[in-house]
Amino acid sequence: MSDGHSTYKPTTGIGRWFDTRLPLPRLVHSSFIVYPVPRNLNYAYTFGGILTIMLASQIISGVVLAMHYAPDTGLAFNSVETITRDVNSGWLLRSLHANGASFFFIAVYIHICRGLYYGSYKSPREFLWVLGCTNLLVMMATAFIGYVLPWGQMSFWGATVITSFFSAIPVVGDWIQHLLLGGFGVSNPTLNRFFALHYLLPFLLVGVVTLHIWALHVVGQNNPTGIEVKSKTDVVDFTPYATVKDAVGIVAFLFFFAYFVFYLPNFLGHPDNYTVANPLKTPAHIVPEWYFLPFYAILRAITFNVGPIDSKLGGVLAMFSSIAVLFLVPWLDSSKVRSAVYRPWYRVFFWIFVANALFLGWLGSQPAEGTYVTMSQLATFYYFAFFLIVMPLLGLIETPRPLPRSITEAVLEKNASRSKADTHD
Amino acid sequence: MTNPRKPERRAAELASPVEAFASVEVDVSSLMPGTSVVLQWRGKPVVVRHRTRQEMEDGEAASLAVLKDPIARNANLPADAPATDANRTIPGQKALLVMVQVCTHLGCIPLGQDGDFGGWLCPCHGSQYDSAGRIRKGPAPENMAVPVFQFVSDTRIRIG
Repeated sequence: MSDGHSTYKPTTGIGRWFDTRLPLPRLVHSSFIVYPVPRNLNYAYTFGGILTIMLASQIISGVVLAMHYAPDTGLAFNSVETITRDVNSGWLLRSLHANGASFFFIAVYIHICRGLYYGSYKSPREFLWVLGCTNLLVMMATAFIGYVLPWGQMSFWGATVITSFFSAIPVVGDWIQHLLLGGFGVSNPTLNRFFALHYLLPFLLVGVVTLHIWALHVVGQNNPTGIEVKSKTDVVDFTPYATVKDAVGIVAFLFFFAYFVFYLPNFLGHPDNYTVANPLKTPAHIVPEWYFLPFYAILRAITFNVGPIDSKLGGVLAMFSSIAVLFLVPWLDSSKVRSAVYRPWYRVFFWIFVANALFLGWLGSQPAEGTYVTMSQLATFYYFAFFLIVMPLLGLIETPRPLPRSITEAVLEKNASRSKADTHD
Repeated sequence: MTNPRKPERRAAELASPVEAFASVEVDVSSLMPGTSVVLQWRGKPVVVRHRTRQEMEDGEAASLAVLKDPIARNANLPADAPATDANRTIPGQKALLVMVQVCTHLGCIPLGQDGDFGGWLCPCHGSQYDSAGRIRKGPAPENMAVPVFQFVSDTRIRIG
């Protein structure tokens, strides 16, 4: 995609001096100014920019929160309350950070669905996709660990349940769990190491995000038609076209985010986490944060033994597999056509998949009994069937709609039909 | 003086804040039938339950064939001892049940005297245990653990 040679020409003496020693402005110029992007990108493509902003926001609010937080089981809960009530603007920092995690996940799930819809994982973007899945995994680990830090009841019991997953692993499971916790149960050593990791992982995320963007700039962006860029008329410069479009997306997203930060700061949280952690009492209904609910429902759906795998290990395996299967998507989809726009059947299965994932999320918030268990099992089946049955088979039997010859042709065709429909013309 | 760099020594240091409370004692003389006392051992709750007549009858009535986990999980008995009611309780005092009250699924604390089997019900994922703490229904794989314990006098039990 990138031509290999740069058109950057420093205009000042100091610019030339700098350029021959460390060509950082040249890198920015070729990556974010004249970088060619497909001319038909829609607003679904602004979520990469939104995610970058959310990551930066989380790191900044998180670093300041860490200056006021005390990672000790005797102090943690009260230090978070002190931040909310006494620290200057602490209420804002905490609300930004806690809601920021939720909005980070809203953005990442839309970003992933965008990739699944337009086939952004297909050759040559497999590694770009795998790096993105790695980002999701690091984000999930960071979010889970961060939720433990306020040391409320949900923090404590969430940590107990999630670290117990590892005890399901044969032979080494108990050892791993003991190492994670630093003791027999969730206790002060656990909180200390979780705090250290919660500070470390976001910077690891910055590293993988950098690789993700690098890989994107090597292979170039996919677009709603799924057709590769073929000529200069297919692309526009990143600045101002993509920069301005991204900015509009970011501002709209931040409006939505700010509404929660200022008017519904606790809407996405759980009241039980305003009770200090009690190792001797489990809350009546423990549920993870909303963004983990679909995976939680998959965990609980496995209530039966499968051969030598008991239900506990089976549930844990199913839950981890639900993320692991995303890594394999580039090799599971057999279709030659990327975009769902030209795949009539894939589009149907895709939207069922989205509805099913939301349904799993709802099931995850319900008690694990009666018909909820059966429904979770059916929904879990579809979740995996979409990746393991629909994706490999559909590409072989589906007849795609005819593809336009180029992005330019697709855009002009669309504009032509639009002006024809316009009666004032 | 052991070498502080030895790995087993380091493992002990990691767990030292909890291992410091290696054993706890409880006097069971005032424990009436139908009541329980909960102690903290290794940071986890250990229940001593004085079972009612009904609970004992229910516990004995369950045959090994209906149990999801047929192993006693009693640290005072051989590892393959069957999960009979007698193997779950104190020898000669079948009314008393000593047990780590932690669900063997994902570590939540089950609620006592609840569920379909007159024992414990885990609020997290719905595992149900009978009056001898044996898993009967739900995702938990094993019976709740009976810890190492001994009588230090006629009425005092030391756990751990």
